[in-house]
Amino acid sequence: MSKKREDYEKSFWYKISSFVNDGKSFATKEIKEEKHIVEEDKSINIVPMSPWDTEEIERTGLYDSYKHWSFEGILKRAQKFYGVFSVLVCVLIIGILLYSISKLPRFGNAENPVNNEVSKRYIEQGIEETGAVNIVTGMILDYRAFDTLGESHVLFTACIVVFILLRLDSKDQKTLEEAEADDRNFEPKNDTILQKVTRLLVPPVFIFGIYVILNGHLSPGGGFSGGAIIGAGLILYLNAFGFKKTGKFFTLRLHKIISIIALGFYSLSKSYSFFTGANHLESFIPKGTPGNILSSGLILPLNIAVGMVVACTMYGFYVMFRKGGYK
Amino acid sequence: MIGLFNNLEATTAIIVFGIGFTTLMLNRNMIKKIIGFDMMDCGMYLFLASKGYIEGRLAPIVVNGITDMDAYINPIPAGLVLTGIVVSVSVSAVMLSLTIRLYRKYHTLDIDEIMMRAREEGDDE
Repeated sequence: MSKKREDYEKSFWYKISSFVNDGKSFATKEIKEEKHIVEEDKSINIVPMSPWDTEEIERTGLYDSYKHWSFEGILKRAQKFYGVFSVLVCVLIIGILLYSISKLPRFGNAENPVNNEVSKRYIEQGIEETGAVNIVTGMILDYRAFDTLGESHVLFTACIVVFILLRLDSKDQKTLEEAEADDRNFEPKNDTILQKVTRLLVPPVFIFGIYVILNGHLSPGGGFSGGAIIGAGLILYLNAFGFKKTGKFFTLRLHKIISIIALGFYSLSKSYSFFTGANHLESFIPKGTPGNILSSGLILPLNIAVGMVVACTMYGFYVMFRKGGYK
Repeated sequence: MIGLFNNLEATTAIIVFGIGFTTLMLNRNMIKKIIGFDMMDCGMYLFLASKGYIEGRLAPIVVNGITDMDAYINPIPAGLVLTGIVVSVSVSAVMLSLTIRLYRKYHTLDIDEIMMRAREEGDDE
């Protein structure tokens, strides 16, 4: 507890704060609260005792003296120790990391050990083996497709967890009304400027998102980034027109259907290609000419599936954090 | 010290990581802890992305049918960063929703106070 000064009301800070707060200084409130705490302390009458009080230890024995320590004294001491110790740990870790950075080879050098035979293989044979012009997409959706499958499932699982934690109980009418009022307090409703701009902006946002998804194997982009763009467009639409309009087409049912179809398609198609690949069988999926939209085998449908999952998840996160329901 | 200036991107990444880690350790507000956590993530992405860069080469998208290793930068860190971003988005969402539930129950974001009250409630039961 800080020291209380008697001449506090004459100080400069008090004048500023009373000016800012229109005469009702929060400083006085703080003083009152402090007084309150002091009175409480007296009424409980805890005598904080040092753990290193040697006389007490000699008199009662070490174990009994532990029992008499006041909890708040320990807490205060532990917090002080924690502050000092955490600063030390942070400085130590940053120091160790900076030291190891200073021993690294130079930035942007082609001879660095990172650029080894793995990246050579991906660059030189990736376009033959996957058919994707964008090597990164070919890598994450063909060579490392199992990893991307896990990623989409991580997103889906996170979405489920957020639903479990934040979804409203839809049977109780009173809580629903309260949530509606709460939502109206903090979010814009029927803002004309926002609505006009949204009418202009949302169609290009959706088209750009679809373009990024469909061109994932030809240019920078792919399922994750395109899905995030479409999700952002949905969120903008919701902010402008409210839950009544979006609730008509984007419901929990649609979210479930899209997620199940996309993840199921991903799992089934990729298990087929893993099966044929592991057993050296011929796959009937054509590779196509690299550079065309309809090429590179499974990568385009997988990008679409991932994009759908990501868009739904982004929108689901926003809706759950804002209100806890789709309507 | 000269080594640090050879790797300015990596040094910046470590500094961002350090700021995030310090925020995570020293703040008692849970939202600020989550912000610190996300800053640590950002530092790691910057570090990984800077490791993949090679001076004077193109992004790994095949142009004019050239499939030579000396023409493109390393594509592997880009894939790793993508994985990291997705996982970090999911983890932040779960952490924030847990924080909202805690706030609804205890009406505070101070982690020590939440711990104290949770312990008191545990004693009562």
